[in-house]
Amino acid sequence: MTTDQRARSIGVHLVLIAYSLLAVGPILLVVMNSFKVRSAIFGSPLALPDASTFSLVGYEKVFRSSHILTYYSNSLIVTLVSMALVLLFGAMAAWALTEYRFRGSTALALFLSIGIMVPIRLGSVAILNMMRSAGLNDTLTALILVYVAQGLPMSIFILSEFIQQIPKDLRDAARCDGVPETRIFFEVVAPLLRPAIATVAVFTIVPIWNDLWFPLILTSSDSTHTVTLGVQQFLGQYITDWNSVLAALSMAILPVVVIYVILSRQLIAGLTSGAVK
Amino acid sequence: MANLRIEQLNKRYGATTVLNNVNLSIEDGEFVVLVGPSGCGKSTLLRMIAGLDGASGGDIHIAGKLVNALAPAERGIAMVFQSYALYPHMNVRKNMTFGLKFTGVPPTERERRVAEAARMLRLEELLERYPRDLSGGQRQRVAIGRAIVREPAVFLFDEPLSNLDAALRVSTRVEIANLHRLLKSTIVYVTHDQVEAMTLADRIVVMNKGRIEQVGKPLDLYYEPANLFVAGFIGSPAMNFFEAEVEGIEGGRARVAGTAFRNLDIPAGSLKVGDALTVGVRPEHLVRGEAGFFAAEGVVELVERLGEASFAYLRRVDGRMFVAEVRGRQTPAPGETMTLVAASPDVHVFDASGLRVAT
Ligand SMILES: Nc1ncnc2c1ncn2[C@@H]1O[C@H](COP(=O)(O)OP(=O)(O)O)[C@@H](O)[C@H]1O
Ligand SMILES: [Mg+2]
Repeated sequence: MTTDQRARSIGVHLVLIAYSLLAVGPILLVVMNSFKVRSAIFGSPLALPDASTFSLVGYEKVFRSSHILTYYSNSLIVTLVSMALVLLFGAMAAWALTEYRFRGSTALALFLSIGIMVPIRLGSVAILNMMRSAGLNDTLTALILVYVAQGLPMSIFILSEFIQQIPKDLRDAARCDGVPETRIFFEVVAPLLRPAIATVAVFTIVPIWNDLWFPLILTSSDSTHTVTLGVQQFLGQYITDWNSVLAALSMAILPVVVIYVILSRQLIAGLTSGAVK
Repeated sequence: MANLRIEQLNKRYGATTVLNNVNLSIEDGEFVVLVGPSGCGKSTLLRMIAGLDGASGGDIHIAGKLVNALAPAERGIAMVFQSYALYPHMNVRKNMTFGLKFTGVPPTERERRVAEAARMLRLEELLERYPRDLSGGQRQRVAIGRAIVREPAVFLFDEPLSNLDAALRVSTRVEIANLHRLLKSTIVYVTHDQVEAMTLADRIVVMNKGRIEQVGKPLDLYYEPANLFVAGFIGSPAMNFFEAEVEGIEGGRARVAGTAFRNLDIPAGSLKVGDALTVGVRPEHLVRGEAGFFAAEGVVELVERLGEASFAYLRRVDGRMFVAEVRGRQTPAPGETMTLVAASPDVHVFDASGLRVAT
């Protein structure tokens, strides 16, 4: 490595480190402060909790005064079910649109790409009316349906790109082998899409888990609230219970971090594949 | 094992015709090689036999049965792809058995077939490996193994050796020939490499621009090409061509004259005075001499030494080049003028439409 290259690489790393701090900083701040007493949160927000400032009061209150476990399980159900459906239908639709030429396939692909460009929130009122008349108001099903609709176009778009990179000879070989079309999809194509599926999974999960808007308009009872909505009850108009807010937020962050760590290796493979090669 | 009959087969993509009225009959157990320049429709024909592409017109019969409407797996074929197309996420054993699951082969039978194919192709040690851990030649053998375990009536190969290096290509070629001897099955083999075609084939099908130019035994194509295209395609370096004209007809013989060679006589047949002809002679049939049935002069410009033979590139009087093979250690020097002659059986004459004229 020449000195010039070394200087360049140090420069790049400085930028990356700065960006990482910027991204991770607020999360660390939230988690750190969730373990401190109220006075310490405001007194020295940047300090780590020590013996005198350490407190679990936020977590106690969250567990005592709210239905946090219900919210949690609601969020998990909604996120995971939506993700599973987005991945399943997304991959199947992407396969159909790239593999088969049928009447209206181009129109269908165009229609789906409109879904990427138009934010689903523009249809909030219509969605609310629709869910009401379908009797799905205040159910997790309503949320799942909306999120599947929200996630599908992008996932079809990304997965189509990846499917096009799978050599056509593979599917022809499978056809000569007598493998039925559905099995070609599930046993030959899908396993090769793993990195892409991990990428789409993360891009699907994060906005769903963090979404406040649709739980706010589509759910009204404690039994259907999600974590993000649940946290709001600690944010009062006059007093905000910061201990509880930070504790609940810390808990809300945790699953996303865990999923990201699990999927990150696949994710990086997915993001960079195709770029090289 | 089965014969294969292709009748009036056509394939069009929109306005472009990829296959034009292809008729071909292949005997049971025959090794037929489709050869032709890249883009001439060889793969398309093979894929249509396999059932991967539909026909725009015409019929395909395998073992006497019309298979136009049958799916690939129902046709009793197995295909080996140029890219090998091994399933990357399955090990060698799984690659070979995967297809058998769906065609109702019981597990014990699957194991027996895999064991046998592995023995035949020396894959026993590799059965648990994944394709990414195999060399090119090993992948190729796995791809062939996957075809063998299906026990197909017809094997289809699409340029199976073109991704291998030269040495491996030769040894795999020999292996494929041995395999055919062992299995005695019908094989349709696509290549653009004429050496592969000559060495492997019982019969060669030469294709050009979606048409079959000639079908015949390798040496028949070499010694009696039916037209200009086949004459120029088979043989390396390619046949030399000399423009010519019928100058006169006397006593049933036509006098053929050209600027770059001495006049020669051929049976007149239906030739008329003034007909344009092309005279072709292979480089390896030209020898140094003074007079012969055919004789041409040239000035040596370049000599390529290959060892067992050398190729002299000569400038003819009409300014174009021709090639002559020179045997032995003494090669002509650039600048030297040479007279090269050829015997009558080695001289090919073609008429204006490119068809062979009897000599
Ligand atoms: N799906 C397709 N659409 C349009 N043209 C095609 C298609 N597939 C092949 N062709 C054309 O058909 C011709 C023959 O192709 P191919 O059979 O692959 O040739 P080769 O003899 O090299 O195997 C080529 O000119 C190619 O461009
Ligand atoms: Mg080809």
